[in-house]
Amino acid sequence: MTRREHYEQQQRRKSLIIAAISTIFVVVAVIIFVPMTPGWEKVQKSFFNATVLAKTFPKLLDAFKVNIMIFAWSAPAIAVLGLMIALARDAKAPALFPLRIFGAAFTDIFRGVPVILTVYLIGFGIPGLGLPRPWNSPFIWGSLALILTYSAYVAEIFRAGIDSVHPSQRSAALSLGLSERQVMRDVILPQAVRNVVPSQMNMLIALQKDVSLLSFIGPVEIFRQAGVYKSLFANFTPYVGAAIIFLIVTIPATRYADYLMARQMRERR
Amino acid sequence: MQKLELHNVIKRFGNNTVCNGINLNVEQGQMVCLIGASGAGKSTLLRCINLLEPIEDGEIFLDGKDISLPGLNPQSVRSKIGMVFQSFNLFPHMTAFENAILAPKRTSGISKSQLNFEIEMLFERFDLAERMHNYPDQLSGGQQQRVAIVRALAMKPEVMLFDEITSALDPQLVGEVLDVLLQLKNQGMTMVLATHEMQFARQAADKICFLKDGKIVEEGSATEIFNRPKKAATKAFLTRALK
Repeated sequence: MTRREHYEQQQRRKSLIIAAISTIFVVVAVIIFVPMTPGWEKVQKSFFNATVLAKTFPKLLDAFKVNIMIFAWSAPAIAVLGLMIALARDAKAPALFPLRIFGAAFTDIFRGVPVILTVYLIGFGIPGLGLPRPWNSPFIWGSLALILTYSAYVAEIFRAGIDSVHPSQRSAALSLGLSERQVMRDVILPQAVRNVVPSQMNMLIALQKDVSLLSFIGPVEIFRQAGVYKSLFANFTPYVGAAIIFLIVTIPATRYADYLMARQMRERR
Repeated sequence: MQKLELHNVIKRFGNNTVCNGINLNVEQGQMVCLIGASGAGKSTLLRCINLLEPIEDGEIFLDGKDISLPGLNPQSVRSKIGMVFQSFNLFPHMTAFENAILAPKRTSGISKSQLNFEIEMLFERFDLAERMHNYPDQLSGGQQQRVAIVRALAMKPEVMLFDEITSALDPQLVGEVLDVLLQLKNQGMTMVLATHEMQFARQAADKICFLKDGKIVEEGSATEIFNRPKKAATKAFLTRALK
């Protein structure tokens, strides 16, 4: 073992011991102090009730299928609309000027209004027009609200991606005799999309959670279903169950997004 | 008639005049080298010829046709004038072969099998057939620059512009790229180079133009410029460059 390896091994051992001690200290403190709080017994009963959890968990999983369904049709629509708006905002031809204005207004409005407000306004407002079934379904208009809001964010990320491609790529492509359109489609966009995959993964995770906001205008998805059971059992455990189900999906997804991000940082270096 | 002809070309970026009245004639099959310090306007001049930068004033003629006419569709001009850049600018998400075939596939209308064959021949001709299906980051700098040249040639240009194409290369890789230039010259390609490779310019160029502050201060054959420079500025530059 070289001097340096020996030193590094020592350092590693030292930091491992310190980390272990501080972790044990915190955990012990939590285990000792939290049960000492006056309301702990009640909280334990109403939030962490094993019988209630066992009874409601399968039903909650069922309701989660509604979340997945809404997510499944919203996400592709968001990708397409977001990309179209990003391209509209970069349109250079004078005839497309209205499109540019529209793109800017769209992102300003839907990034500026809280998601829940958009869900309310569109989800209650449009069916209020007295449309016939199925066009008064809160599924449709609630999803539309999500699609509009998320497209605005996704469009901005795509735009950042397009800007991240070095201008020399454009010069090289133009010098070959390609048209502006071909340069965008064949050279700029493929690189731009690749650059923003990790950021867009984070948007997907956020969307997955925000699907629950639709519960406020009708659809019985997991959050709403948990609310129903809360009232039925007079117990908050179903909410904890719902949180667990979300985490089962979002934790692997966030880890994957982090992995993609880390890999990209390595590649840039 | 000259192959390429520049009349009083003026290019400004804001208040900064980068090309200040450049006149240049390039004959069919000639290799013209632009030399001069960094910032003299060599690169910008090449970008103007390829219509990547619009010029403020003056005219650029290709085969006697004014290609600098404002409002002209630049695409047809660019497909006749190839350009190779200092930093290669290969498309990193495509293999060498895909890089080369992209533009002809989109613009030429030649059948796919014919095109495949032609591009393969081109890679073979420049001794890159083995590396054809590699991505740019799997190639050495010299190979990348040779691929960039092949990519430009795939459009069958009539004139080639080279913008300091060896400046970003390690010294031992410069040779293979310069060899490609000689190969092209022997095949009769009309070429304009911005270069810092003085020895190469001296041996290969048909004409050398010395640029300073956006103007061609002196031009002539390699012997005239290198052995009997007339202007003090040319002498001063060469003394420093050849040290």
